[in-house]
Amino acid sequence: MDFTLTEEQQMLQDSLRRFVDNEYNFDKRSEIIATGKGLDKGTWSALAEMGLLAFTFPEDYDGLGGNAVDTMVVMECFGRGLLVEPYLATVVLAGGLIRDAGSDAQKAALLPAIASGEKLMALAHHEPGNRYNLNRVNTEAKPSNGGYVLNGRKTAVIHGGQADQLIISARTSGSAGDASGQSLFLVDAGASGLTINDFATHDGQRTADLVLENVQVPENALVGPLDQAAPLIEKAFDLGIAAICAEAVGAMEALNATTLAYSKERKQFGVPIAKFQVLQHRMADMFMAAEQARTMAILAATNADSDDREQRRRAISSAKALIGQYARELGQSAVQIHGGMGVTEEMFCSHLFKRLTLINLQFGNSDYHLEQVSNLLLAETA
Amino acid sequence: MNLNYTPEQDAFRQEVRQFLNDKLPDDIREQVQKRLRMPKSTTERWQKILFDQGWGASNWPTEHGGTGWDAVQQLIFEEECAMAGAPRQLDFGLRMVAPVIMTFGNEEQKQRFLPGILSGEEWWCQGYSEPGAGSDLASLRTSAVRDGDHYVVNGQKTWTTLGQHAEWIFCLVRTSTEGKPQEGISFLLIHMDDPGISVRPIIMLDGEHEINEVYFDNVRVPVANLVGKENQGWTYAKFLLGHERTGLANVGQSKSMMARLKAAAREERDGERPLMENPRFRDRLAQLDMELQALDLTVLRILTDAKGPGPAASILKIRGTELGQNLYELLMEATGHDAMAHLPEALDADYNGPRPGSENATIAAGEYFNMRKLTIFGGSNEIQRGIISKLVLGL
Ligand SMILES: Cc1cc2nc3c(=O)[nH]c(=O)nc-3n(C[C@H](O)[C@H](O)[C@H](O)COP(=O)(O)OP(=O)(O)OC[C@H]3O[C@@H](n4cnc5c(N)ncnc54)[C@H](O)[C@@H]3O)c2cc1C
Repeated sequence: MDFTLTEEQQMLQDSLRRFVDNEYNFDKRSEIIATGKGLDKGTWSALAEMGLLAFTFPEDYDGLGGNAVDTMVVMECFGRGLLVEPYLATVVLAGGLIRDAGSDAQKAALLPAIASGEKLMALAHHEPGNRYNLNRVNTEAKPSNGGYVLNGRKTAVIHGGQADQLIISARTSGSAGDASGQSLFLVDAGASGLTINDFATHDGQRTADLVLENVQVPENALVGPLDQAAPLIEKAFDLGIAAICAEAVGAMEALNATTLAYSKERKQFGVPIAKFQVLQHRMADMFMAAEQARTMAILAATNADSDDREQRRRAISSAKALIGQYARELGQSAVQIHGGMGVTEEMFCSHLFKRLTLINLQFGNSDYHLEQVSNLLLAETA
Repeated sequence: MNLNYTPEQDAFRQEVRQFLNDKLPDDIREQVQKRLRMPKSTTERWQKILFDQGWGASNWPTEHGGTGWDAVQQLIFEEECAMAGAPRQLDFGLRMVAPVIMTFGNEEQKQRFLPGILSGEEWWCQGYSEPGAGSDLASLRTSAVRDGDHYVVNGQKTWTTLGQHAEWIFCLVRTSTEGKPQEGISFLLIHMDDPGISVRPIIMLDGEHEINEVYFDNVRVPVANLVGKENQGWTYAKFLLGHERTGLANVGQSKSMMARLKAAAREERDGERPLMENPRFRDRLAQLDMELQALDLTVLRILTDAKGPGPAASILKIRGTELGQNLYELLMEATGHDAMAHLPEALDADYNGPRPGSENATIAAGEYFNMRKLTIFGGSNEIQRGIISKLVLGL
């Protein structure tokens, strides 16, 4: 057992923390959000220069061959400063899929372009009314003109409105709910027949809904094997879940730090409110929640790259279910301890709380992942 | 023991329901049920309708133009209004300052202020909290210094709900620094247009404007606007907080929210099935349904107790607010990732642009965030638990 970071990971963490603390303060973040663009070009270039946009890509494609633990280090730092930039969408989800399933030509065309910061991408998979179950794909792709024509709707596409290119899942055979019969396609954001509705999210990021009406793509738009994309999609989201679990840990620790500091400063009845035992116990619970969350995020990260599906799934769903619960408890306590200040837009506290709330809603809430673990148990005892 | 309403109470409920059916305008009903942003005129129109019916103040005695209803009738009325989608009436005037004026004010003050509250033409806000005085309200510092027929007021109030709309603010101000902090506080009525008052918005975490900071810079307030006696304001404030606490159980609101949640469970899809058929979700709904019933009956049990609620009213505040928060949280989870989008423009009734998911999804997360306030204001739930420990358990 070894829970320590490697020397490189430690350096990465130090420099990223410095970057987040010094270059990405609350006011800067608020300005970026207010532009409605979903990212700050300067920040994105800085991340590219640090090599972060290529961290987990193979060395042949300008990458550093990093793994999910490296992503954990990065995302935890992002959580600490609540970066709104499309790292998850572009690098972890879409970039990860191209790395794992793309053809040589696709890798060559896309990975270096992502690495340099030129290209933004997103993964469009979930569909309206289908909630979190990954096999519920109704969007159809039919052979046409030597390629495919896509029809359907997508929702909860994180940073879909900022992407230059999207990876869109569609059914090439079978029916909604089937694991088999799903395929992935590369689609240009400007493709004719594709409507992208870009929305702000409560946590300062962006999400999009897509409508696909006879969107024609060439044959070489197919990413990975025809009909057999389900395992790839599942793994991409497992990597995404591990990433946002780490982000949650960063946000939880930041929220604990700001709450602790506030409780020592804020005086009522002639003493700092930190002197009240109910609040002390509550902060002790918050501390425990963050520690347990950190453990689970490590469990998720160390399993996210694994091809042992059952073990990976159990680790990822356990982490997501528990972190959702811990984050909820911790976030609600933090706001409560801040009193009126906690429900204002001015405090970092409320923004951390909002992001933590949305992390629970993203890629399956606690209930959904509890159900996954529960189903695995059933299969085990059968 | 008998948990049924009496035939008279059932008939009363029927009468209220009929009235709401006939008189509540559809556009208002829609705004309320969908929890859209409400213009000031919505509340004004509704108060006028109630006023014309003679039902402007369900908690007032008839001598001041109230209904003279008993506690159970008031609850029935509140519940029916909430279920029908009527806007909340303005607590600050009707339930807070008015009882204080009736109990401690002079005849002139009653004549001057009660009619405007009843008709809804004059709005009130509550100037208690200050940046340094939240839970420890008695430490407030906004000062009122006597100068002939006036008090000169200086200081700052904060978290002032509806301060942007109100004509009047009832304030706790410091008129003496001698003795215990509680002993030098007075209860003053101040017109919001008076020179020297400025109001600045505070934007809440859902992005909406409902609270404000109010600054007082040498504001001259006639001595005639002092309620009761100088330096006795703390007694009146405590009287008022008791009123606030029983109201904060909000059973009517929670019942209407539960109805919405049940409807959402049928409307929201979980793939092939309605969400209601997802057993994990349904269990959570059932849990809240049970808790709502427990709260509902506890309210009735406490309010019909001949001894009066006393400090046990804190139970209602604590349980009522926690339940309110949990209901919104479950609505948010019912809409899943659709709730992530933040569309402030979709909170207006005429919005017809795109939105992820249903109308539930549009409001769910914002409301969940906003409702964190319930356990903070009106005496935080930590303070309420302290009251139970001290005054009920004698610890
Ligand atoms: C949305 C909103 C609307 C409001 N509207 C109004 C209004 O219209 N008019 C008005 O006058 N006020 C209003 N308030 C103010 C409200 O009454 C105060 O927020 C409340 O009294 C708490 O004070 P505070 O915010 O200063 O928190 P603090 O008193 O600083 O409390 C911070 C934390 O410490 C805890 N704490 C404090 N003392 C103790 C103790 N002795 N033991 C244990 N824990 C303790 C609290 O429970 C809380 O968790 C509003 C507040 C909000 C959030």
